Amino acid sequence: MRKFLASAEFLAGAAASAVLFSSAAARADQPREWEVTFQAPATDMMRQIERFGNYTMWFIVPITVLVLVLLLVCIVKFRASANPVPSRTSHNTLIEVIWTVGPVIVLLLIAIPSFQLLTAQYTPPEEAKLTVKATGNQWNWDYEYQVDKTFSFNSAVLQDADRAKAGKEDRALYPRLLAVDNELVVPVNTMTRVLITATDVIHSFAVPSFGIKMDAVPGRTNETWFKAEKEGLYYGQCSQLCGKDHAFMPIAVRVVSDAQFKTWLDTAKTDVPAANKALMAEIDGTNKVAAAGN
Amino acid sequence: MAEAAAHDHDDHRPHGWVRWVYSTNHKDIGTLYLIFAIIAGIVGGALSVAIRMELQEPGIQIFSGLAQMVYGMQGDAAIDGGKSMYNAFGAAHGLIMIFFMVMPALIGGFANWMVPIMIGAPDMAFPRMNNISFWLLPPAFILLLSSMFVPSAPGAFGVGGGWTIYPPLSTSGQPGPAMDLAILAIHIAGASSILGAINFITTIFNMRAPGMTLHKMPLFAWAVLITAFLLLLSLPVLAGAITMLLTDRNFGTAFFVPDQGGDPILFQHLFWFFGHPEVYILILPGFGIISHIVSTFSKKPVFGYLGMAYAMVAIGAVGFIVWAHHMYTTGLSLDTQRYFVFATMVIAVPTGVKIFSWIATMWGGSISFKPPMLWALGFIFLFTIGGVTGVQLANAGLDRSLHDTYFVIAHFHYVLSLGAVFAIFAGWYYWFPKMTGYMYSPVIANTHFWVTFVGVNLIFFPQHFLGLAGMPRRTVDYPDAFAGWNMVSSYGSYIAAVGVAIFLYGVFEAFQKKRVAGANPWGEGATTLEWQLPSPPPFHQWEQLPKIK
Repeated sequence: MRKFLASAEFLAGAAASAVLFSSAAARADQPREWEVTFQAPATDMMRQIERFGNYTMWFIVPITVLVLVLLLVCIVKFRASANPVPSRTSHNTLIEVIWTVGPVIVLLLIAIPSFQLLTAQYTPPEEAKLTVKATGNQWNWDYEYQVDKTFSFNSAVLQDADRAKAGKEDRALYPRLLAVDNELVVPVNTMTRVLITATDVIHSFAVPSFGIKMDAVPGRTNETWFKAEKEGLYYGQCSQLCGKDHAFMPIAVRVVSDAQFKTWLDTAKTDVPAANKALMAEIDGTNKVAAAGN
Repeated sequence: MAEAAAHDHDDHRPHGWVRWVYSTNHKDIGTLYLIFAIIAGIVGGALSVAIRMELQEPGIQIFSGLAQMVYGMQGDAAIDGGKSMYNAFGAAHGLIMIFFMVMPALIGGFANWMVPIMIGAPDMAFPRMNNISFWLLPPAFILLLSSMFVPSAPGAFGVGGGWTIYPPLSTSGQPGPAMDLAILAIHIAGASSILGAINFITTIFNMRAPGMTLHKMPLFAWAVLITAFLLLLSLPVLAGAITMLLTDRNFGTAFFVPDQGGDPILFQHLFWFFGHPEVYILILPGFGIISHIVSTFSKKPVFGYLGMAYAMVAIGAVGFIVWAHHMYTTGLSLDTQRYFVFATMVIAVPTGVKIFSWIATMWGGSISFKPPMLWALGFIFLFTIGGVTGVQLANAGLDRSLHDTYFVIAHFHYVLSLGAVFAIFAGWYYWFPKMTGYMYSPVIANTHFWVTFVGVNLIFFPQHFLGLAGMPRRTVDYPDAFAGWNMVSSYGSYIAAVGVAIFLYGVFEAFQKKRVAGANPWGEGATTLEWQLPSPPPFHQWEQLPKIK
């Protein structure tokens, strides 16, 4: 993000809006300060989840306000000084039927899109083109690429001491506790299947902006999928208490172009660090070209 | 109460320590339970304040120092020990608040005190069993507290698996004796609750005064009856699950060990088959208390009495068939998730009936805003907030994003910390004059309410935002972007802690000033039987059974 801000200094006019847009895109993949909503969706599934979440707000906020207003009316209108003689009403069949049937209708209105959303999560629209197996360990992840020549690498939280060596000193792009040494690299707009398991205790593989969260359970292989729409870095954290360093096993996904992924994959099969280094150099270069082009 | 008892002319009353330790009197045992709950609440609350202090800023500040102080660790070992200690605090906070604060206060305390009086019975059906029910709790509590000082994982002390103690983290993940002590503590607390449940069911079914049919029984007694059934049916399942955990840990069984054919998810099913009814166990007695208070201070009978009673029956029954909504992300099949979404949403209907019936009870009433009523109003509104976020979480598709985030923490603290605890304080201020004979200062009680109200909302409302932004639960440190709302939340917890201090001062002040409350300080609206007795009630009440018309 700092890159975008730096470029903003020498860019003017119309170009600034493009920078703002890119900067928003760069921020979309990680939590922001004082955030009060979901992280910006990076997959269609997360967009559906967000839409459904907003939809439920149309019911729950009015219901809460209704309860609050009724309580306030009671407080004002039926306080002892305003209404010294209480009524003795303790039954009204009609109103009891209304407040039983009313919630049933509300729940049905919530349930229908809810079931659609749930079904969509378990009905991938197409066959997966890439399968990656994520294995949770105390306290890091192993990613295994199930391609023609299967290979795997470990992904652990980025230590501050290693930032310089890894070329990850930009704390906006590589935030503390979210950045890792080796990201999970996937191609953009590609159906990716993630098989999830664990070796020791239960972990949970979660990427908020993708709308996925699946427990990594020893002895089981769970499955989820995503199709990232934009290139960039996306962060998540282990979401099941797994011991001492539960807070320190983030998940970082680097979504790249098809060409970049192919190049990375070819090198990564034999040398993951070299592949990552080359990929980062290439992405930095592209960004610089893009900035200069603006 | 000792002073008040001096006016009692019963010659057979025990005196001194014998009165309390050997007690078979439901009111004395109820008092013991309440004192126990206050002590446990202070301990559990202090643990949560320590957690909030740690989370006030990113980084690890408090717990490395605590590990240094308590365990004598140094350097990196202190940081690692601190991380584990944070987890141990989280687990202990949950277990203490549930098993040693809310349940003893509502069931052991208020229900023991008031159910026999309300149904016109001289005492509980099994007074000696009542005694053992209480006296099992202090050893259980001591076991749990001592577990915090013995090893669990290498370089760690105390149970660090959350109150849900999922294996394998609670088995191979923490081989030390801390978990065994905690399991034993839960076993003993569970046995205590099962004995108490049997006692309540027998008492309520067999010892109601002539004329008090089930359909004339006060709603608090209804709530306790249903709660007792939930306890009786759910706790043995927990006992079974943690016994399997114990044998997995110590005797080579493999119920939850995947590489020997076991299944860690089986534990989650068993745990939540107990755990979900448990959350209704925590809130149902509160529902009963709120009904009485709303009716008393509105000077109106409870609106829709039968609907209120059977709504609780429905909540209790459906509460047993929704457990896996705690497990949407474990890899349940699509159809299983569909069923649990549907079943969970159903609970919103009887809950809605209760909320609207409380409002209808107030409607047309002549409401006086005494402290118990303030707490009850706070309960209704805050419980509604916790309820509607519960409806959101019921949807597996949406829960995908919210599961195991702070949104869930916010939700269940709105229904428990702001729901059940508000109900406890409402009940405390409602029955304190009855139990002690003294009237507290309404100014202190109101201050307690407002400070607590502001404090707990500051703690928990921002946690919705943190959860939406993706902050996972149970982390000792967090990415810097979460710092803002965490700071607000931590300040809220300090305000709530001040609230607790005001509460304790109010109790002290009431005993010091000794303002005589009288048999019925609440006036014509207080119609249940306890208000026909003097305050405090005689050592043995209803020697002549009341007749209910």
